[in-house]
Amino acid sequence: MNSSTTNIAPAHLAEVRVSFRTAGFAALAMFAILAALPLLTLVTGDAFVLVVATRIMIFALAALSLDLILGFGALVSFGHAAFVGIGAYAVAILNAYGVNDLLVQSLVAVAVAALFALVTGAISLRTRGVYFIMITLAFGQMLYFLMISLSAFGGDDGYTLPARSTVLGMPLLENNLVMFYTVLAVLVGAFLLARMLIASRFGRVLRGTRDNAVRMQAIGFSPSPYQLTAYVIAGSIAALAGVLLANQVEFVSPAYMSWQRSGELIVMVVLGGMGTLAGPIAGAAAFILLEEWLSSFSQHWKLGFGLILLLVVLFSKGGVGGLVKRLLGGAHHG
Amino acid sequence: MAETGALLSVRNLSKTYGALVVTDNVSLDIPERELHVIIGPNGAGKTTLIHQLSGRLPSNGGKVVFAGEDITRLPMHQRVRRGLARSFQITALLDGFTALENVAIAVQARSGSSFRFFAPVARDRKLNDEAMAVLARLGLEDRAHRRAGTLSHGEKRQLEIAVALATGARMLLLDEPLAGTSHEESAVLVELMRALKQTHTLILIEHDMDAVFSLADRISVLVYGKVIASGPPAEVRAHPEVRAAYLGDEQADKAPEAAAAGGGR
Ligand SMILES: Nc1ncnc2c1ncn2[C@@H]1O[C@H](COP(=O)(O)OP(=O)(O)OP(=O)(O)O)[C@@H](O)[C@H]1O
Ligand SMILES: [Mg+2]
Repeated sequence: MNSSTTNIAPAHLAEVRVSFRTAGFAALAMFAILAALPLLTLVTGDAFVLVVATRIMIFALAALSLDLILGFGALVSFGHAAFVGIGAYAVAILNAYGVNDLLVQSLVAVAVAALFALVTGAISLRTRGVYFIMITLAFGQMLYFLMISLSAFGGDDGYTLPARSTVLGMPLLENNLVMFYTVLAVLVGAFLLARMLIASRFGRVLRGTRDNAVRMQAIGFSPSPYQLTAYVIAGSIAALAGVLLANQVEFVSPAYMSWQRSGELIVMVVLGGMGTLAGPIAGAAAFILLEEWLSSFSQHWKLGFGLILLLVVLFSKGGVGGLVKRLLGGAHHG
Repeated sequence: MAETGALLSVRNLSKTYGALVVTDNVSLDIPERELHVIIGPNGAGKTTLIHQLSGRLPSNGGKVVFAGEDITRLPMHQRVRRGLARSFQITALLDGFTALENVAIAVQARSGSSFRFFAPVARDRKLNDEAMAVLARLGLEDRAHRRAGTLSHGEKRQLEIAVALATGARMLLLDEPLAGTSHEESAVLVELMRALKQTHTLILIEHDMDAVFSLADRISVLVYGKVIASGPPAEVRAHPEVRAAYLGDEQADKAPEAAAAGGGR
């Protein structure tokens, strides 16, 4: 018995390291492909690819931020789209007041999102499980209806931006290529930040709480302050996604923060594999590509979409990332 | 209470679930550096008592004083910070963490702020060295980089104690640490507890009578949530109610040799 367990030890050690490294490699590969994508559009002359890729990266950013709390904190927030909405409306409302600078808009977006996360998170974290899902959903819907009632910014109809935000007074983002690389840079930055957070002292407490909250209390941690901090960070990053989304489509609407949007973000994270950071990026890509593809076949695409999601969740432990890993692993062993 | 000089004083503690009284007016005084064993039949309320002392469960009445401070209403994590830690009868580890990480995070809890977001904690030498030293005390060094979930049952029981020890607490509440361990593992744990008596105050719940009588300074017997006897091993062993309610006569007869062999106080 003793000798057999000794033999297993290096394999398990390797497994821990490999999964951490594979996630890193997967992200690196995805970023490399994305960075090279504009070359492809140069060849094909089809700019639509760029537009879709930018959209994917924006939702990947939002999904990545959700993974911080969902995948690493086991906090199932059903109101994450609210933060995307805050970011988008920061752009619209500041635009209405003549403030068009991207950095100023981003700062305001992050500040408001952080404050909203702090207040709603502090209240939501007093509950657990299903109640946490319900209360975050309620806060999200509250904001959704608030924006619908704000007729100064289009209410239900939304608000059309006259132009994209400026950077130091220059209309740089009007160029789709600059827009693309700006979004890519923010996504890569957020990924690196999230990876660092997860590996830090703070991240260890967060991961520990996800695994066993009672154990964490029994060694002297009160989980809530750490979870709340993660909630605020995740909300802030999602607000940046909202700033970028508003800029890409030059339009802002309450629909960005509807509960369906929050649900879609959860689907992206689960689809890609929770708690992997790289997974949600792949999940966002899979989600948006499937959406584009299926909607070109029929208007009942959502039915097929639902079925595919169900199959992935049922048959692939760890989402798309887990599926790829198992296919690769299977090839190795076979 | 503080006058008794006890590190832990429990007064009239109770716990009920509806009409069911699980902890019935329990009072205990545990002086510093005492190893106090609580025995009692299955379902007597031993684990519940540990839950109440550690703050895992609220009490319906009574008072818990630790180091002169009323901690009756403190949450578990604050009791740990004050030096009162526990282990679990049903192993509760971070299964996805390595053995080393399970211990290192307990060291981390008492070593400065955990609101540090940048440096990778896995390479924190100070935390790892301290954690490794604790693992070494339990002979678990070669398991350091194995995930806790993949350890054998006995190794998990040992790791459970390592984590409690790593909190740096001066008093440990150990709930059946020997349950399910192999003969060798249990020997390591018994020797560890014997050594811990020099530096720590312990409440130990244990069914293994050889271990109980060789380690205990004092024993309390819990039956239906009530302490029916409390005192030095010899006294408890001779207690007629204990013999009737809990110790089979056979065990009671065996006990003197075990106590002598263990060299208990
Ligand atoms: N949540 C609960 N609701 C109702 N009764 C409970 C609850 N938890 C425990 N009990 C009861 O309390 C009594 C004491 O349980 P406890 O686990 O404290 O016993 P124990 O002495 O630790 O037993 P063992 O030696 O088997 O570990 C048992 O009768 C149990 O059924
Ligand atoms: Mg028990």
